[in-house]
Amino acid sequence: MTDRDATLRIVTPEGIVFRYALAGPVLRALAWGVDAGMIAGSAAGVSATLDKLGLINRDVAAAVATLFYAVVSVGYAMYFEWYWRGQTVGKRIVGIRVIDASGLHLQPYQVVIRNLMRYVDGLPLFYLVGGIASVISGRFQRLGDVAAHTVVVRVSEARQPDLDKIGRSKYNSLLDYPAVCSRLRQKVSAEAAGAAFGALLRRDEFDAGARAELFREMRAYFETLVDFPDEVKEQITPEQLVRNVVEVLYAGAAAREALTR
Amino acid sequence: MIVDVERFVSGERRYWAELEAMLSAQERRAARRMTLEEAQRFYYLYERASASLARLAALSVDAGLRTYVEALVARAYGDVHEVRSRGARPRPMRWLLRTFPRVFRAHVQAFALSVALTFVGVLFGVLALIIDPASRRVLMPFAELQQDPNQRVTRERQMMGAPLTGRKSQFAAQLMTHNTRVAAFTMSLGVTGGAGTALVLFGNGVMLGSVCYDYVRAGQSAFLAGWLLPHGSIEIPAILIAGQAGFVFAGALIGWGSRRTRRQRLRDVGPDLVTLVGGTAVMLVWAGIVEGFFSQYHEPLLPYWLKIGFGCVELAGFTLFLWRAGAKDD
Repeated sequence: MTDRDATLRIVTPEGIVFRYALAGPVLRALAWGVDAGMIAGSAAGVSATLDKLGLINRDVAAAVATLFYAVVSVGYAMYFEWYWRGQTVGKRIVGIRVIDASGLHLQPYQVVIRNLMRYVDGLPLFYLVGGIASVISGRFQRLGDVAAHTVVVRVSEARQPDLDKIGRSKYNSLLDYPAVCSRLRQKVSAEAAGAAFGALLRRDEFDAGARAELFREMRAYFETLVDFPDEVKEQITPEQLVRNVVEVLYAGAAAREALTR
Repeated sequence: MIVDVERFVSGERRYWAELEAMLSAQERRAARRMTLEEAQRFYYLYERASASLARLAALSVDAGLRTYVEALVARAYGDVHEVRSRGARPRPMRWLLRTFPRVFRAHVQAFALSVALTFVGVLFGVLALIIDPASRRVLMPFAELQQDPNQRVTRERQMMGAPLTGRKSQFAAQLMTHNTRVAAFTMSLGVTGGAGTALVLFGNGVMLGSVCYDYVRAGQSAFLAGWLLPHGSIEIPAILIAGQAGFVFAGALIGWGSRRTRRQRLRDVGPDLVTLVGGTAVMLVWAGIVEGFFSQYHEPLLPYWLKIGFGCVELAGFTLFLWRAGAKDD
């Protein structure tokens, strides 16, 4: 189900495979820090307000403050993880979420158990037991996650790429070679296409030497996959070749239109 | 397979956006339920996004685009394939008065183990004091318990509950929160295979046994019963039930003789653990109120017979409740 590269792989009954990126101990600690601050702040606020208003006597005010802190320190995460589907304020800010380890919805009992287990995970101080458990676990699970069958994943903020950002060529010499275009689409992996696309998007962030070196290496890589015609290789720079390759891979409609012309 | 990526993406984009909007609406409120038409549309969009993901996996497209569709499918997957009940509308009174005693009876063997371990602790505490009276310093860690029982009784008679004047509510609140924390901790220690739970119960038994023996030996049995029974008749069973929950949890983790996977076993007992711990918390709130406002007042302010009688009635009533309540549902 999981790889040690920190992903949770789910195969749906329809045979579709998708992955969740697991949240590591550092992200989780950051979220916990925010949540602990929220709890402490709200408890201090209630205590100070009761003191200031003086509507009830000091004994009752102290009792209310004690009970409020106890309820909030346990109930805060339970309430938000249920109401916001696995997120607390801290988790939302950091961009992580608790989910059922099978990719399904959290059940109320899972939320309660994983949060009650904090009493053990928090031992002896600052979640040492839970931290060690999550480092040892293949899924970064603290003991509460193991007991409740939950995992914490990173929330994906992926958006569709905007092709126009790379600045399209006026003329793409690769389109004169349909066989080369077909082979590119067959042989270039999604990761390699994404890396080339990303390099073009960020070209201005590199200094001239590093940029030339990067695109030379990319061109060399594409040449290991496809035999480019000599005239294409000789006439254009490595960066332009990478740009043309990306256009072929992504802009199918434009490419086909040009080909049919 | 050669697919026109741009046309494919522009064709599917509106369906992805529609699915994303429906998911966002669902995620804003966990309890929201879709209408039949919404559910049908949602399922169609999920299937369509799944198909898109399968096609994108075979294409040379940017990893970001694939991740976007993958994230949509992942978010929708839970909504489509979750078959466990989301739970009916919460009914706290029904849960407390019927579900809680029913769950208690369903795991009564774990409760018996909890009682047995506490009893062993009690015996150990008594024997330890008989053999080595000086061990009371270690066996009774609270300053209040360290003093001589006769001196304490004399002092309590003179003070007439004065030390708690002006802080009874705070004292009760501290008892509630501390004891509830101990109960949750006892249940959580089930993760150690029950060893941690057993240690907590044994330790409680040792303290209880040594305190009882200390007061009985000093001839203060009536004071002891009047002091402990009103709140102890609920508080001690509450800790025993927390121990019961710890052993149920441990049993699911270990799974002796069960063919079900650990995950399935934990899923089976999960709701019961929550019920046992929740019931324990309610009991401890009551015990905290009684201890803060009633148990700490002694003769001549409150006669022992009244306090002992109150404790006995509570114990009998609670036993009957656990034994019979919700029996129709069984």
